[in-house]
Amino acid sequence: MPQMGESIAEGTVSKWLKELGDTVERDEPILEISTDKVDAEIPAPADGTLVSVEVQEGETVEVGTIVAYIDDEGGAPDQAADDGGQADDSAESDDGADEGSGSSRQAEAQAEQSEKAEEGEQGEPEPATDSDEDDEVSSADSDDDRVRTRSTPVVRRIAEEHGVDIEDVPGSGHAGRVTKQDILDYIESGASEGAGPSDPQASPTEDRPAAPPRKTPEARPTPQPAQREEAAPSQTPSRQEPARQARPAAAGPMDSSEFFKIFYNKVEHPEFPVRNADSVEPMDKIRRLTAEHMVLAKRIAPHVHSFIEIDFTRVDRIRSANKARWAEQGAKVSYTAFVAFAVSRLLRDYPAINGTVSGNNIIHRGNVNLGMAVDLDPGLIVPVIHDADDLSLVGIGRKIIDLAERARDRKLQPQEIQGATFSITNPGVLGTIVGMPVIPKGTAAILGTGAIEKRVVAVTDPDTGSDQIAIRKRSFFSLGYDHRLVDGADAARFLAELKAFLEDFPEDV
Amino acid sequence: MTQDQTRASAAKAVGARSLRVERLGRIPYARGLEVQAERVPQVREGERRETLFLLEHDPVLTRGTGTQDEHLLATEAELGRLGIELFDAGRGGDITYHGPGQVVGYPILDLKPDRKDLHRYLRDLEEVVIRTLGRFGVDAGREEGLTGVWTAAGKIAAIGVRVSSGWITSHGFALNVDPDLSHFRTIVPCGIGDREVTSMRRILGGSSPSLDEVADAVVEEFAAWFGRFPED
Repeated sequence: MPQMGESIAEGTVSKWLKELGDTVERDEPILEISTDKVDAEIPAPADGTLVSVEVQEGETVEVGTIVAYIDDEGGAPDQAADDGGQADDSAESDDGADEGSGSSRQAEAQAEQSEKAEEGEQGEPEPATDSDEDDEVSSADSDDDRVRTRSTPVVRRIAEEHGVDIEDVPGSGHAGRVTKQDILDYIESGASEGAGPSDPQASPTEDRPAAPPRKTPEARPTPQPAQREEAAPSQTPSRQEPARQARPAAAGPMDSSEFFKIFYNKVEHPEFPVRNADSVEPMDKIRRLTAEHMVLAKRIAPHVHSFIEIDFTRVDRIRSANKARWAEQGAKVSYTAFVAFAVSRLLRDYPAINGTVSGNNIIHRGNVNLGMAVDLDPGLIVPVIHDADDLSLVGIGRKIIDLAERARDRKLQPQEIQGATFSITNPGVLGTIVGMPVIPKGTAAILGTGAIEKRVVAVTDPDTGSDQIAIRKRSFFSLGYDHRLVDGADAARFLAELKAFLEDFPEDV
Repeated sequence: MTQDQTRASAAKAVGARSLRVERLGRIPYARGLEVQAERVPQVREGERRETLFLLEHDPVLTRGTGTQDEHLLATEAELGRLGIELFDAGRGGDITYHGPGQVVGYPILDLKPDRKDLHRYLRDLEEVVIRTLGRFGVDAGREEGLTGVWTAAGKIAAIGVRVSSGWITSHGFALNVDPDLSHFRTIVPCGIGDREVTSMRRILGGSSPSLDEVADAVVEEFAAWFGRFPED
């Protein structure tokens, strides 16, 4: 009886889907259980024959109870049903323990693996080495099993019938699984015949065990450079099988739309060796999403950054003059609020900057929604001021404070972190002079505001026309923009206008 | 580009998973089983996106394998007169009524990546319904040991799910917006005898939002709670 949830202690066998003596395939549902309001199918943990049913329909047993034995075709019945199930499940419950938290057990195992790899074991050509190591990750993870986890019985049957090695089929399904369509396409394409990757000269023994790049980047051999080039970007989030997807991606029938779908939507982070003094923790959800987003954002948009220096003397004066009055209204208007106000007023005139490339189209956003990066320490979130161009300076000031507070308390509504058409980030808050921010996916630009600090500058006296040295509050701003859509001159105009707006900020707002 | 689309694409930008929302209108119970049976393997195979089916059923009583006969209070003749079909659902659990005036949600989700816990999933569904009700000013919550969503006036939403091989969900919840409550008198709902069944309309004093309005709210709350972004 597998563990189906943290607080689930027992389950009732509601129905056996297989009878004694039936042949079962791994992952094929063999029984149904029910617990409080839930029915669940339990898949076979291994191929074989159902040789003993220990728990009858209607019986309720504790989690961990052996419900059946599967003879995996090799003689005496073993406790595959329970053993495999348990092993699977312990790995599973790790995974599911908390949203976003990966399996620490797995991480450790992989760390171990990496160490081994560092020691040079990865070079050994014997497949045994490979599966040994896999066993440390999960007992269900033997070389063979990993292939099976990428497919379903139907797919495996088709593969068998056509003499196709599933490993050679590029998987477009979840976590790189080979779907029925994938294998049919593959067979259709004729890739399974002739000198395809399924040929023995693809030398699985040499190629495969040495190949898994998941161990460590250094472990990756370099037999076919061309293949690797094409293959690398096609990696999907499959934690398991980058190598296997990679190989067929080169030889297989992946068309370009499929390739780009993966390239622009999926991320897999390469792994690195862990050393003795290191510790390893899974990324939490925010970190994982951020990591994924950053990689994709950079993959999609060719980033260019332009910089401008802006004088804040006037903004500073207006701010000081009104601080007390605003405080009476219960509002705080930060420098960032001034910047957001100015930006929101300008963006309407820069449809490219307030837009995005979408396929072969350009979307000009009908709203001005400003994403404001908030440091959660650790982590970062970008709440959105919707329709910022409708808000007053004080309104924006209030909104920023409100969003930032609730972001730190993790109390934002989902819609409050969605729909940004332009973003502002403030690396200057801790003194950084200027940054080169990454443009969020689906938008065309982001403004980075540097520290506002006193600088010695040459100024021209407006009355006498003579140059003088003065002390002014100034800041470097950077605009990161998607160069597919925003030309350098557009960016320059935008920055110049922003500078003019802030340096001559209207007194009466 | 509507506001919703803008939002969806931005949600995508922050990395949320896509959720296909399909509104099926009013369909017979058997049809509901069909669409789920079709979609579950597709989601498992990664051929289709995770899906939230929203629908309304023709009046039907569904009997589970655990149904005790005394929980069916009406004769077949009476059911026939009321236009209520009797259906053996081949699931666990007791007898359940579905009918017009309910928002029924069948999420076909892959729990494998981040949510392999059936109880947690039940609590998540309850949470979505509770939040949805909150939007319309209906105060609802949970009852220890009784899956579903409850108000002071009684049970307002039933929940029952199935998890297919590979942690793919089906079935889900039925929220009483404005059903014919007399139909519930034909059964002891889910075997819980001493509790009333109620509806949004009854709690809100005879007026209720439309099914579409409630369904819209369900989509938003569902997407928010499960971290998905909805797309048609």
